[in-house]
Amino acid sequence: MAVTRAKDSSVNTGTKYISFLAGNPAFTLASFDSIATTVAAGGETSITLSAIPQTYVALQLRVLSKDSVNATGTDYVDLRFNADSGTNYAYHSLQGSGSAASASGSATQNTIRCYYGQTRGGATLANMFGASIIDIHDYASTTRNKTVRSFSGADTNGGGGIALNSGVWLNTAAVTSVTLLSGGSNTWAAGSRFELYGLVG
Amino acid sequence: MAYTYEPIATQTLGSSSATVTFGSIPSTYTHLRIVTTYSFGSVNRIGVRFNSDSGTNYSNTWLTGSGSAAESFRETSMSYIFSQWSGVPVTNPSLTVFDIFNYGGSTNKTVLVSTSGDQNGSGRVERGVGLWRSTSAITSLTVNGVSQNFTSGSSFTLFGIKAA
Repeated sequence: MAVTRAKDSSVNTGTKYISFLAGNPAFTLASFDSIATTVAAGGETSITLSAIPQTYVALQLRVLSKDSVNATGTDYVDLRFNADSGTNYAYHSLQGSGSAASASGSATQNTIRCYYGQTRGGATLANMFGASIIDIHDYASTTRNKTVRSFSGADTNGGGGIALNSGVWLNTAAVTSVTLLSGGSNTWAAGSRFELYGLVG
Repeated sequence: MAYTYEPIATQTLGSSSATVTFGSIPSTYTHLRIVTTYSFGSVNRIGVRFNSDSGTNYSNTWLTGSGSAAESFRETSMSYIFSQWSGVPVTNPSLTVFDIFNYGGSTNKTVLVSTSGDQNGSGRVERGVGLWRSTSAITSLTVNGVSQNFTSGSSFTLFGIKAA
């Protein structure tokens, strides 16, 4: 039998809505997804984010890190893709040390480097971390090599530096995992954060 | 429900002002991002402070390009996280982005700063890193025109980024 009338008296909660949302928030398609987060326990030589979905147009890593070495100063953060440790990478960097600007480039490397991406682990630098924003464009392509740009820096109130870095992985395979290594083959300090995001196309 | 990357609040100035404050920042995100387009009456610096801390608990390191030289600078024990050179005449606003990492964490706060401004004959591109030496969670922040007011029309948006 068809419904021909509804009466307020037959409704337990008499809330009237003008909008079909009925008090619920509008659904918004996400454009920037958090894929995975790893927080170092301390002592790891590398952190790998794997099983990366192939459904995004680009990836972004946000890293907040320091190493475990009892020293002052800063160090770099290295990247590899798909566990490739061969000399299939190259990178360039524009750096500021706090007193001078400089530039460098390196070919035929076994990582992509982000200079000034982390602080060292000395006691005077306790609770100070370096930061990096790393963009990997067109990571799911199977016809093009992979280009990376990053912006990294660490300030220790008297030391530190800032760097703009670019890099390339000379491989047309889609990126399915990213490995981050602490500079100088050192280990990560506890609390270092490694976050992977995907940009929705 | 917090989305991964979403605007928390926006302020657009209807008249000139020395400061713009975002208070009662939700603790539900992992990082914050401030995106500003702004002008001053003449060359000035934009800065940010946290939790009303006006002490000399901030420091900065920059890499800058002026159109004729690349340089790097450092300032220690300052009262802001700065961009070193910022906006000028009203018709060519500057853009500064502050990326504030792990704002709710119990470590000192690291901020990456990007500034771009071009006046068709002068200008600056800057990238910087700042440190707020405080282990407190950030619950408010104030964007300052250090010695001049932001002009009417300057806009400031605070975004939250939430990690998995």
